[in-house]
Amino acid sequence: MLAYMTKRLLLALLTVWAISVLSFIIIQLPPGDFVDAYIANLSASGSVVSMAEAESLRILYGLDQPIYVQYGKWMLRVLAGDFGESMEWKRPVIVVIGDRLWLTVVLSFAALILTWGLALPIGIYSAVRQYSFGDYVFTFIGFIGLAVPNFLLALVIMYFSFTLFGANVGGLFSPEYDLAPWGWGKVWDLIKHLPLPAAILALAGTAQLIRIMRANLLDELRRPYVVTARAKGLPDTRVILKYPVRAALNPFASTIAYLFPYLVSGSIIISLVLSLPTVGPLLLKSLIAQDMFLAGTIILLLGVLTVIGTFISDLILMWVDPRIRYQMD
Amino acid sequence: MKLAHFFGFGRTAEIGSAEDRLAQASQLKLTWWRFRRHKLAVASAVIVILFYLVAVFADFLAYSDPHDTDSRRSYIPPQAINFIDDGAFRPYIYGLKGTRDMRTFRISYQPDLSRKVYLTFFAEGYSYRLLGLIPTNRHLIGLVDPRPEDNLFILGSDLLGRDLWSRLMVATRVSLTIGLAGVTVSLFLGVLLGGVSAIYGGAVDMAVQRLIEIIRSMPTIPLWMGLAAALPQSWSVLQVYFAITVLISLLGWTDLARVVRGKFLALREEDFVTAAELAGAGQMRIVFRHMLPSFLSHVIAATSLVLPAMIISETSLSFLGLGLRPPAISWGILLQDAQNIETLALAPWLLMAAIPVIVVILAFNFLGDGLRDAADPYG
Repeated sequence: MLAYMTKRLLLALLTVWAISVLSFIIIQLPPGDFVDAYIANLSASGSVVSMAEAESLRILYGLDQPIYVQYGKWMLRVLAGDFGESMEWKRPVIVVIGDRLWLTVVLSFAALILTWGLALPIGIYSAVRQYSFGDYVFTFIGFIGLAVPNFLLALVIMYFSFTLFGANVGGLFSPEYDLAPWGWGKVWDLIKHLPLPAAILALAGTAQLIRIMRANLLDELRRPYVVTARAKGLPDTRVILKYPVRAALNPFASTIAYLFPYLVSGSIIISLVLSLPTVGPLLLKSLIAQDMFLAGTIILLLGVLTVIGTFISDLILMWVDPRIRYQMD
Repeated sequence: MKLAHFFGFGRTAEIGSAEDRLAQASQLKLTWWRFRRHKLAVASAVIVILFYLVAVFADFLAYSDPHDTDSRRSYIPPQAINFIDDGAFRPYIYGLKGTRDMRTFRISYQPDLSRKVYLTFFAEGYSYRLLGLIPTNRHLIGLVDPRPEDNLFILGSDLLGRDLWSRLMVATRVSLTIGLAGVTVSLFLGVLLGGVSAIYGGAVDMAVQRLIEIIRSMPTIPLWMGLAAALPQSWSVLQVYFAITVLISLLGWTDLARVVRGKFLALREEDFVTAAELAGAGQMRIVFRHMLPSFLSHVIAATSLVLPAMIISETSLSFLGLGLRPPAISWGILLQDAQNIETLALAPWLLMAAIPVIVVILAFNFLGDGLRDAADPYG
């Protein structure tokens, strides 16, 4: 068990390293650097920057050194908790990101809980009542969830809520709480606003999990041990919940590791449509402005948080499924 | 056979021949029979084929130049085509007439209900090359003697007065081929890395498996955004097209590699592979002559399930403004116009570009399911 955990932890660290390299490379890829963009901006507004000034700016931001040196310096500072300064906002990156990162995690996590909470009972229902009216309804919704990219779903829902109810469903806070400091009122306001974006985000994953759960459970329900349990007079609920559901849960749990990165990814894009105060809109803006420390930090932190989430779900999987525990000993 | 005897001799021959037919059928035939039973998959296959026909004949199905802008035709709602005129089949639409907005002093066009403009088939329009080869200017439909201000807008027009239908046709071509190109690169990477991983095992297998796990545990959209934003602004439409294709396939090959590796490992233990080895067949021959036919169908099925993911990726990226860039036209670029609620309230028909995306992704999913079930006709 310890060996399994160590292996997972090493893999998580390797992933974090890969993400850090990738996020740094991404930021380095565009031709020209921040100083070029800065100069272009200034000359567009009429001021002129001399070559010498540009050079001193480059040295100031360390842009004159080889890439691996820049990466090394960046990583050292990141490990010390200093993420650098956003070149566009002229403020520390961590201040610019602020609550947005946590709101991204809260949104993704809410979507994850919703996915589990919906997929499990619906999957069981669909399998036990195969070909019933409810099964068809859920299968249909499931296919819609699978086929409609979540940003489209967000667009459509936004359109209908606007035309039918005249309400704007965007945002995570009511206007009065938008800039307010954190307090119970603001938390409650967040909780009230979370369900809709979380549901939009969760639909595709839920659809997939329902299908997996239904198929697995159908396989299990046909096994002789279920027939035996029924023949011995065990009540139906007990038969189903005690044995086949447990056996069917394993592949269900193993897909969870890939669900969290998927949800984080999706939150970026639906945040743009629904104008949610997560890191999504900020990332897009910083990428367009080539604000390298900001974009790099967002990608890095998102990646690291995703890896942590995946690691935790691995531990849950290990706890749920004894087969993994024994396999690894 | 026993059952046949039980029910009478008359049917023995019939059932016997059916069994013979099953025993003698090639794998391809068996797969086809199995696939045919999955009605939804067959219907989906037809839909997918229709979509690719649209992709091939996009310019023919379009009727006005998808790049033609005219600010006076901004946001014209979809025009209904009336098919019957004076009791005969003679499709027509109402013409457009310009009115001057007295507040802004701008001319804008509105439908003119007093004037009919007739439609004709195989009309002349903008020039293009059919199949990329034959220069022509014939289009499926067009207007008869239109006035300069008249235009057909089956699905309405966008902010710049471009015809949404014609743009949708061309976008279908771009979005479907980018999915196809992306899946080809993914297939190559998946088969290569999955195969290498299974054949060599050991450290190579370990490295490839870790690579797959690392890629799968990263949130892909932020990475894609970062990589796509890094493409130089000076690149041509074609260069960006290829770069985006490579980008989405770089992260999309992992599923295929897993299928290939899994099948390889399972097949290696099969008796017929051992038999081929004992008969002295070389490794290349075993892989390509004996193993490949057995798992090719699985790979095809997995591919058809990866394709919709590729299409969604391209659509998402272009929607964000980080994928293909105008003047390229793709589903994502069309949907980008419908991004905010103000536009949607003004021109809800722009959302119509979402319908083909949803239909084709559903169709690919059903098709993939059907293919996967049919891939192993002996099971």
